[in-house]
Amino acid sequence: MNLSPDNIIYWHMGFFKLNATIVFTWGLMLVLVLGSKMITRKLSTELQRSRWQNLLEMIVTGINQQIEEVGLKHPQKYLGFLGTLFLFVAMASLFTIVPGYEPPTGSLSTTAALAICVFVAVPMFGIEENGVGKYLRGYMKPTIIMLPFNIISEISRTLALAVRLFGNMMSGTMILAILLTITPFIFPIIMSALGLLTGMVQAYIFSILATVYIAAATRVRSTKPENGPEEATEDKTESVSRS
Amino acid sequence: MLIDWFTVIAQVINFLILVWLLKRFLYQPILGAIDAREKRIAAKIADADAKEAEAEKQRQAYQQKNEAFDQQRNTQMNEVLEAAKVERAQLLDATRQDAEDLRVRLEQALRNEQHSLNEELSRSTREEVFAIARKTLSDLADISLEQRMTEIFLDRLRELSTAQITELTSAFKKSSGTLLVRTAFALSAQQRAAIETAIGEMLGKEKQIEFDTLPGLVSGIELSADGRKIAWSIADYLGSLAQRVDDLLKNRSETEGPAPADMATITPEGVDHSGH
Repeated sequence: MNLSPDNIIYWHMGFFKLNATIVFTWGLMLVLVLGSKMITRKLSTELQRSRWQNLLEMIVTGINQQIEEVGLKHPQKYLGFLGTLFLFVAMASLFTIVPGYEPPTGSLSTTAALAICVFVAVPMFGIEENGVGKYLRGYMKPTIIMLPFNIISEISRTLALAVRLFGNMMSGTMILAILLTITPFIFPIIMSALGLLTGMVQAYIFSILATVYIAAATRVRSTKPENGPEEATEDKTESVSRS
Repeated sequence: MLIDWFTVIAQVINFLILVWLLKRFLYQPILGAIDAREKRIAAKIADADAKEAEAEKQRQAYQQKNEAFDQQRNTQMNEVLEAAKVERAQLLDATRQDAEDLRVRLEQALRNEQHSLNEELSRSTREEVFAIARKTLSDLADISLEQRMTEIFLDRLRELSTAQITELTSAFKKSSGTLLVRTAFALSAQQRAAIETAIGEMLGKEKQIEFDTLPGLVSGIELSADGRKIAWSIADYLGSLAQRVDDLLKNRSETEGPAPADMATITPEGVDHSGH
């Protein structure tokens, strides 16, 4: 019983190793990229279009809309990063229905890597939008006393992001494994279905939290709190964090 | 240790590659397709709007054309009606004129017929008169009409005034031809001799006298030379008689009453003295 797919090592040479996490990640990447490429190879700009194209358009425009609803003014700029986050986590969960598959998101290394990406991306987008000085001054608001707390908040929420996803994915796999030993029939299927739902919810939470962090970095710090959308964003952050 | 740092690094790299690949193969093409479609739709809508505007413009143009056409048609219709009215009036006038002409012709024909009837009437009347006179004279005085007419003619010759005789003499003398005595009947040798004697006494004997018979002569007997003429005629009697008959007929046709009873007496005129 492995707690993490990191422990399943196929090949090892010094610092380099090829474990299940990396292999399954590659597999997911392959599926995502090849699927996209195959569908987008013959895109139609007419009113008539294939069902696969329709599906992809729905997904892409759906993500776009979500990003916009959180409060980012130019969602297409963030679509690559945030959309990939969502798609990767969602696909990782979805493939749990394949026997023998270990979700890479069930490894703390993967979730940590994703969280690190978010941790780096938030100030990057913030600085891109507002400039270095203005972004850094945001940490000293409302007073300079808040600086250490802001920094702690920044790090802790990244940690929470990583651990939340890891815990949920790992627990899903774990519960399934345990239930299989206790009640091998029917019940694991229900739990598996529940696991799919949880995985989708986690994918949504992970990406929406990243979106909210980026929105906060680009907007809330750059402008004085003036109107409703900011509070709404904060509220959303709160509600999502609680889940 | 739950975190394997090599895996973390590898996963970060993997994720960044995935981001790049999906951007390249998923988001850009899909968003491009959507944008292109939206552009097409916008273009189509704009095109449709333009076409609609064009159609509206054309519709208005056609409406104006229709109105102009209607107006023109009405104008032309009015013109045609006017022309027809004028034509009708002209035709009516022409027909009226034709009818008038026909009426005039008919009247003329009627007059001619009446005239010929009158002539016929006067001739037959004359003949009747002659017949009656002849019969009466032979019954009463045992003399012929011809003889009596000759006597009357001779009486008239003798009763001419001196001025008239002078005028006649000069006229007959100037004439180069012979004197012509025309009668409606053949004269006997005795009568001819009497006439020759009478003329000779009056005009001198140098002139040759010819006798001619014209059965249709209205006047009973006439002497003519070089346009001058002395005659005894019942033409006036006949004219007067015809007038009275006409009056009678007219009165009868107007009133449908009885003809007037009184008949004017026929008075003989003197010598018909005419010449040109």
